[in-house]
Amino acid sequence: MNFDPLNAVLIGVVLLLAVGFYGLLITRNLIKIVLVLQVLVKAVVIALVLAGKDSGNLGLGQSIAATVIVADTIVAVVALALAVQVRIRVGTLDLSKISSLRG
Amino acid sequence: MTEYLYYLLLGLGAAFCAYRAMISKHLLPSTLYLACVSALASITLYLLGAQEVAVIELSVGAGLVTVLLVYVLSVVGDDNLDPTSIIPKPLAFVLVATITILVTWMAFPLITSPSTSNEVMLAQVLWKHRALDVWVQVALIFSGVMGVLGLLSEKEHKTEIQKEAIPVTAELKKESHV
Repeated sequence: MNFDPLNAVLIGVVLLLAVGFYGLLITRNLIKIVLVLQVLVKAVVIALVLAGKDSGNLGLGQSIAATVIVADTIVAVVALALAVQVRIRVGTLDLSKISSLRG
Repeated sequence: MTEYLYYLLLGLGAAFCAYRAMISKHLLPSTLYLACVSALASITLYLLGAQEVAVIELSVGAGLVTVLLVYVLSVVGDDNLDPTSIIPKPLAFVLVATITILVTWMAFPLITSPSTSNEVMLAQVLWKHRALDVWVQVALIFSGVMGVLGLLSEKEHKTEIQKEAIPVTAELKKESHV
């Protein structure tokens, strides 16, 4: 068994991705979906830095990770503002009740 | 070996906190567990040598996003969540297991011993190689702030219109009585 520290980081990344995907598939609450997306993005940020360290370009990995953090924060902010509006107008945050499509 | 254990414990702790955040029936504990995930992720980033990103992750992930989520919960309320899922949970589990096996199969052979050749500083990468991206990020932050201000101020705008409309309708009623 290879006890390279980067392998341990990759195990954590894979576990976080698995938990995030599972949450995305079973969650129906809008705010909780934003929360699960945050978990997924944290796994991606760690993976980017890990890839940068592994390839010897830690600066590049860090700069892309910072870009991802900024974009993710903006997405979370806008999504939460939309969730507040949906709650005020529709009265619920449940995805199945919000959707007006039937078929 | 010790470093391997540190990273493994941090990863397992982050995954456990993420799982607790996902299965919690209330949103406030979920938010706090998410802050824990962010803190553990930033420790991992710090140990990997990415100090700048670790600071950004801790301040934004465990700070800003947590405060934002708590503010949203104070507005919409922390209701009991419906435990029923979109798709059956066994099917979701099988799908996630498949994805996990595929990612593991593809990613683990890519890890080699870390090389330190051509190490470039973060500031140099940001301001020389990716300067355009930095300005796009600034524009993104500005547009995000403006979008949120617009979305949150819509309700107040509506109430102002309604306040202005009430005296007009009252005057019309008076005229119709006369």
